[in-house]
Amino acid sequence: MHVSRRQSAIGHAILIGAACVALYPFLSVLLLALGEPGARTSGFSLPTSISFANFTEAWDRGLDAQPLLSSLLVATSVVIGTLVMAVLAGYAFAVFPFPLKGVFLVLLLAGLVMPYEATVIPLYYQLKDWGLVNTYAGLILPQIGLSLPFAIFWMRTFFVSTPAALREAASVDGASRLRTLRSVLLPMALPAIGTLATLLFLFAWNEFLLALVLVPDDASVQTAPLALSFFSGNRRNSDPGVTAAAAVLVALPVLIAYLALQRRMISGMLAGAVKE
Amino acid sequence: MSTLSTPRSGTAGADTGAGPGAGAAPARRVGASGRVRAWASRQYWPSFLYLLPAAVCYGLFVLRPLGQTAWISLFEWDGLTVGRWTGLDNYGELLGDSRILAALGHSLVFVVFYAVLPVAIGLALAGLMSRMRVRGLSFFRAVLFVPQILATVVVAVSWRWVYDIDGPLNAALRAVGLGSLTRAWLGDYATALPAVGLVGTWVMFGLCMVLFLAGVQKIPTELYESARLDGCGPVREFFTVTLPALRGEIAIALVLTVTYALRNFDLVWNTTAGGPGESTSVPSVFIYQGAFLTREVGAASALSVCLTVLVLAVTAVIMRLVRGKEG
Repeated sequence: MHVSRRQSAIGHAILIGAACVALYPFLSVLLLALGEPGARTSGFSLPTSISFANFTEAWDRGLDAQPLLSSLLVATSVVIGTLVMAVLAGYAFAVFPFPLKGVFLVLLLAGLVMPYEATVIPLYYQLKDWGLVNTYAGLILPQIGLSLPFAIFWMRTFFVSTPAALREAASVDGASRLRTLRSVLLPMALPAIGTLATLLFLFAWNEFLLALVLVPDDASVQTAPLALSFFSGNRRNSDPGVTAAAAVLVALPVLIAYLALQRRMISGMLAGAVKE
Repeated sequence: MSTLSTPRSGTAGADTGAGPGAGAAPARRVGASGRVRAWASRQYWPSFLYLLPAAVCYGLFVLRPLGQTAWISLFEWDGLTVGRWTGLDNYGELLGDSRILAALGHSLVFVVFYAVLPVAIGLALAGLMSRMRVRGLSFFRAVLFVPQILATVVVAVSWRWVYDIDGPLNAALRAVGLGSLTRAWLGDYATALPAVGLVGTWVMFGLCMVLFLAGVQKIPTELYESARLDGCGPVREFFTVTLPALRGEIAIALVLTVTYALRNFDLVWNTTAGGPGESTSVPSVFIYQGAFLTREVGAASALSVCLTVLVLAVTAVIMRLVRGKEG
């Protein structure tokens, strides 16, 4: 008993240490950003005064509302588009019999594991032909496509878990398949859809490679991570405090959402991982 | 669009039907016409209507580019003029290119940092905390997950500051009298690779801890009691009870971390961009540079085909190992 108490103390001490390590890099950037411009708060001392000058400087130099609004627009569109398609397809995969279902599922599975690098090159040339490079549509549509495998498997798992008796009862009552989906299953699915939407939003907000390739030249449609990447790329002639402030601006919306939705996000990511 | 997709699925169905037994014509024909009738009798087409939006989007923006990547990889192409057919030459050149092989070597190093280390750390903690109620688990879960939700660009910028010549790491070294060790960690040939690797360890270790802690709490305590009755020490107990019980979680963690390590564009690009020199180069950086900067599109496509095959193969092997043991 004594040994296990000591073991427990060690375990919890390790957890506390791990928590500090997990928080430290971003906290040190936050402190740096909140310091006076030019001050290099090296992270172990709290700044003596809090200043927002770095933030206004970053805002003036281009990390302003524009990239944040672009990210919001892109992520929201990706979530809505993916949800609509994935609910319909997941319902069909879970409930209807049709030929080639296995083939379709394998194709989706490939997309789930495949790295984005496998598609970006032709994607760029294809979208260039269609005049969609450097547009919102050119960034949103491929992201919907690439989010679909995860979302369809997610919704399929949910619909499979609904009781067949319920669906049969609905059809005995004369409800069409679409009606069954809309009036019986969708209300039940709201929590699963909510978690899925949160995850899709997070992934879309953080997406970098697609943005780099598909909206490389037009600052007015660039998303927040891409803007931050370009911004910090020029840091040779800028203050680390300003770069830090820019990073905080990009991370803040996600962190605030995380504070509110962390339970849902974590369980969703773990559940999503298990499904993979 | 609907007229486009439904018949396409239809022909695909007929193909698979006719493919294996093309010789046994009469019996097949009945089957095929029966299938056609089933299609015609509205049995299946409503299902395909539900699939249609997703199928169109997925086909256009995932499957078609995927096929095109493989096709382009057979050409020498600068992205502007007409490409020249070179067959498998691009692949041959990849294998003979010492820069590519070096990049693959870096990827292996990253697998150690991104996958092996976090999984080992997580397992060690899980072994220590088995049979124990973790106090404040939901708090630790929330905090340990923070590296997972931050955009990789934010992670990269944060760590560039930590490793900066004026950054916290060097300040800490100076504070404990190790000022001679200070350097620009990401700009030094000797330290850039492990420095980027440790960022990956940082991104992944919390996920592994959370996964394994959650798993270890589900192991029935009777298993530990009987192991103890059999005279198992803590080490034997870990290998006979904890490790086998966590097999599923370990597989998930390995798939997530290994594929992340092999893809690994965002972090490398935003910390070192493959430098200094090419000391942290990875295949995905060469893919991006080849396709969009130096315009060797065919070679870049060949490399991304190889990367994709590698990622799929590694995933399959990990899943097979786990499934095999379960069965």
